[in-house]
This record gives sequence, C-alpha cells and structure tokens, in this order.
Amino acid sequence: MSYLLKRIAFYLFTAWAAITINFFIPRLMPGDPVQALITRARGQMTTDAVQSLYVLFGLDKDESVVEQYFRYLGQLARGDLGMSFTFFPTPVAEVIGDGLPWTVGLVGFTTVLGFLLGTAAGTLVGWRRGSLADLLIPVTTFLSSIPYFWLGLLAIALLTGPDSFFPATGAYDTSLVPGFDLEFIGSVVQHGILPAATILISSMAGWVLSMRNMMVTVASEDYVTVAHAKGLPERRVMVGYAARNALLPNVSGFALSLGFIVGGTLLVEIVFSYPGLGLLLFQAVGAQDYPLMQGIFLVITLSVLLANFLADLAYLALDPRTRREG
Amino acid sequence: MSDAVLEIRGLNVDYGLGADAVHAVRDVNLTLHRGEVLGLAGESGSGKSTLAYGMTRLLPPPGVVASGEVLYHRDGGDPVDVLRMDHAQLRAFRWAETAIVFQGAMNSLNPVHRVSTQLTDVIKAHDPRSTTASRLARARELLALVGIAPDRLDSYPHQLSGGMRQRVMIGMALALEPRVVIMDEPTTALDVVVQRQILRQLVDLRERLGFSVVFITHDLSLLVEFSDRIAIMYGGRIVEEAAAADLYRDPLHPYSDGLLHSFPALRGPRRELTGIPGAPPDLRSMPSGCSFHPRCPRAMERCGVEVPVLGVPGDRRGSDRTVACWLHPVQDNRF
Repeated sequence: MSYLLKRIAFYLFTAWAAITINFFIPRLMPGDPVQALITRARGQMTTDAVQSLYVLFGLDKDESVVEQYFRYLGQLARGDLGMSFTFFPTPVAEVIGDGLPWTVGLVGFTTVLGFLLGTAAGTLVGWRRGSLADLLIPVTTFLSSIPYFWLGLLAIALLTGPDSFFPATGAYDTSLVPGFDLEFIGSVVQHGILPAATILISSMAGWVLSMRNMMVTVASEDYVTVAHAKGLPERRVMVGYAARNALLPNVSGFALSLGFIVGGTLLVEIVFSYPGLGLLLFQAVGAQDYPLMQGIFLVITLSVLLANFLADLAYLALDPRTRREG
Repeated sequence: MSDAVLEIRGLNVDYGLGADAVHAVRDVNLTLHRGEVLGLAGESGSGKSTLAYGMTRLLPPPGVVASGEVLYHRDGGDPVDVLRMDHAQLRAFRWAETAIVFQGAMNSLNPVHRVSTQLTDVIKAHDPRSTTASRLARARELLALVGIAPDRLDSYPHQLSGGMRQRVMIGMALALEPRVVIMDEPTTALDVVVQRQILRQLVDLRERLGFSVVFITHDLSLLVEFSDRIAIMYGGRIVEEAAAADLYRDPLHPYSDGLLHSFPALRGPRRELTGIPGAPPDLRSMPSGCSFHPRCPRAMERCGVEVPVLGVPGDRRGSDRTVACWLHPVQDNRF
C-alpha cells in the first residue's frame, strides 16, 4: 500500500513538473500570440482591435512571470486553457474536447484490440514453435516495419475512389447531423474502417513478435517443464504457466502505447483527415497556434502519466514479486 | 531383489537428427526396483539428466529418443512402454505414476501463482471430480509432510527460501502418491546443511510411503550414503552398476574409483585425494573403444579399440553387479 502511495506522489510531482514546463516553453519562444494573430489577419486590423486582443490574452498588464505562473495554474484548475488562434474565438478546452473523442475512439479502440489480438496470436505462434505457424513471423516482421501512415496512403490509393465504399477523408458524412442514430453511427464506422485497419495491422504485428519471442524464452523455463511433467492439460500449461509469465514485459509496453494514443498517431489522422487531436496538433503547428499546442501537449503529457500509472497498477496485479510487504 | 517398477531397455537419446546427431545417451539398460533408491552419478555432460528427461519424454528439442523402451510395471497389470503412450495416456501417467523433482530448485515454481494454486492444479488435472476444499486439504497435508507450515499455502514462490521451495517441490511430487520419483540434482543449488535436512526427510518419506527413487547427482558421496544401488555414467553409457556399499568398498571401473577418490572420507583411514585428470569427452567426437581410455590410468591397448560391454564381470561371478571395463571382462557364457 505504501508502495502505491509513493507511486501516486511520484506521478503528482511529475504532472506538476510537466505543467510548469508547459507554462515556460511558449514564453521562451520569440514573438507573442497577438503578433501572430495580426500576421494572420494580414494587417487588416485597427489599433483598437489589436489593443483588445492584448487585453483578451492578458498581455496588457505588466505582470511578473511568477504572477503569470500562478494565474496560469488557477486557470488550469478551472479547465481554462486559453483561446485558440486557429479556431478563434473558440476556447482551447472546447477545441480539444471536440477532437479528443475521435482520437480516443479510433486509436484507443485499435490499440486495445491490436494488443489483444497480437498477444493471442503471439502466444499461439510462440507455443507452436517449429510448426507452420512460424511462417507468420516474416509477415509480421514486414508489417511491423512498415510506417503505418504509408500503409494508410496505400489504402487510400488502392481502396478509395469515387465508387468505393470507403471514404478517403473525415470521420463521418458531413451531410449528416451528428447524433446517436443508426445512420450517423453507420457513417462513423464506414469512415473508421480504413484508418483503424491501418493502425491495427501495423501495431498488431509488433505485439505478435514480442509476445512470440517471450513465449519462446519462457517455454524453456523450469516451471514450464514442471507443468508438463505434472501432466497438466496443454491449454493450462500454455496459458497459466507460459503466457502468464511471457505477458509481463508486454504489459508495460501496452501501457506506454496507451499513453501515446492521444499523440502518437498524428500521421494517420493527417493522412485520413480524421478530426482527432493529431490533426488538431498538425493544424496548430502550421498556424503557430501556441495555446492550442500547449493544451494538446498538456493532454498528451497527462495521458502518458496516466498510462504509466495504469501500467504500475497492472504490474502490481499481475506480478506478485512487485508487491512489497511492509 | 524385489520386483521391478521401471525398466529401461536399450535407451538411446540423440540431440539432432541424421549424421550430425550427438549421441548423449547410448544403449542404457537400467532397472528400478520397488522401494529402492537408485543413484545415478557422473560428471557434468555424462548424460544423466538427458537420461531422466528422455525416459519421461520431457526432452526439449532437438533432443530425440532414438530407440529403446521404458517399461512401467503397473500393479498387477502388463508393463506399459512410456515411450509409446499417446498424449492422453502420457498425461494421465505423468505425476500420478512418475513424478520429477528438477535441478533448479529456484525456478521450478511458477513465480506468478501461489503455492496453493500450484499444489492443487495438479490434483485437479488428474482428478477433476475432486472438490476445491479436498484439494486444499491435500495441499495442506503435503506441506505438513515436508515440514512446512500450512500458512505458507498463500505465499508466492519468491517469499520462500531456496530450501523451502525445494521442499514444496518434493511435497508436490508426492501429491498423487506416485510409485516412482525422479530427482535430478534436487539439492545442488542448496547449502550443505539444508541439503542434508532435505535428504533425511526424503529417506523418511520413502520409508513411510514406499515409493522408489531415481536420484541423479554428480555428488557420489551423497549417493554412497543415501542410495541402495548406484549406477555410474560416463560419456552417455552406464559403466558400472552395483550396490552402494559394494561400489564404495570395491569400485571395479577405474572411473568409479576416480570419482570415489575425489572427495574425502570423514571416517576411516586417510586416503589420498586424486581426482580424475583430463576433462569429460566431447560427445560430438567420442574416443574409439572405451570412451574413458584417454583419461584412464590403467588403459590397455585393447581399450582404445573395442567398446567393453556392460555385464557381470568374470572375476565377480554370481554377484549382482555389472561393469563395462576390459580390466574385468564379462564372464563368457560359452565355457
């Protein structure tokens, strides 16, 4: 229990450090947000408008960095991440709130599914080493070394087109009104298949490989031989003894990949113009939209931390050796 | 001697297939009698463990049993050949008839399951109709048998000492009351004090429960003390087999003699410690004739040419010991 408390304290500290860095980095960059907006408006702004922008961004007062820092913390606590330039005057929190469900829905679902399928396949392939199942290995090596955005481009080039079932861009048919009706959900699924398959194929291959390799290592452990010698059913030896131990290194890898759900598949979202956080980040970088970038980085950092925390919990549950008494 | 439980006939175990195969166990004949402790001794690489894995069909690839029979004598039934059982028969045979305690005391228990789980899953696998409560009761009984407090059932392996883990393994081996227990260097990883405690316990248990033991070790001094008969292996063959006392007093094969002179006796007259010069042979390129002859202090011309056959030596007619050495040629039945 004290172990868990220590971990929680560690994560709180890391989160604070991340937030602080997130505050300072934009302030170390040259220029200010108003200048960026003025550039975007190509000079078609009155002095009054410029002045009101300075007030809006809180840059009119002569605040010290410390004062700004505490005001920033206060705003964060209220969920206020500032205004986005690109989607001016929508608040950043709202922009992120619109993009997040798409990313979590698409990438989250495929990450979890890819892990489950890949681990199951890796278990079987590793267990039947030397059989025909080994033929899967070169295929997965190939698939896992392909960048997934390239796979996405390939899918778009080959499978989409005027008469194709698969749309090339977007997350749903824009002529529909978003809502929980059959037509809209059907459209979401139809738009999601290609990007999901792209991510699934390349991420699954990696899990197959690592799980297969761990299975081969664990299969020669003494306790697996003992399990055979005990005359246990094959399934029980494979699942309860070999896979249960081979899984452990994969679990931490999985938790890390959960953390990268939010930011890690930027390229797939760009390729498919999928309106998730990745595409937002891309747009924010292109438009020098610092508040939006800052907000997205914050979400990415926090989700990586959360995923790490989940990995710690999973390890505690799965490996008794990490549970320290006392 | 009492009747046989396990009979190994002409067992050959290779690593690899075809012309490049390494013959790790050659033409081994060995009989385990009811209730006896049969010691199997030899240097590292002499094929002891391969023999144990081969006869239980646990050999990891590329090991293959090339030929031979392992006959198991059931109570009042025909002997069955372990090497020719199908999967279901083999699964039912394992642990219920022949249990094994492995070399690695530290790694034989699954680190992620509790002791209770690992003791009860074997009972469940062989007797699916048993209840959870009865299995737990049996697990508690088994721990008591090997002198471990029943509250250790809820422990994970890493919470136990090396000696306790090996005790748990011995308890586990007795879970289904097997008639044969194969012990492959069961105490090698433990210190001598714990080693002795565990062996004492084992001898007691054997007297109470009446199972037979195949005890594999490189430590001949242990065998002299704890076993009834001893078989000495060298280069994949059995070179001498005799009652423990006979072998200790009067080793016939120069290799057995060398092994016996590589540890000091605690009592009795002082003897010189000699050891055996040289190293065990490379199994890929075995010497011609008797594989021990390059290291043998008493090698003759004949030793490098002809392989000696294991048999009752002519100069010990009528004894129940066998040796494969040209110093003690097998008695010729033609005369």
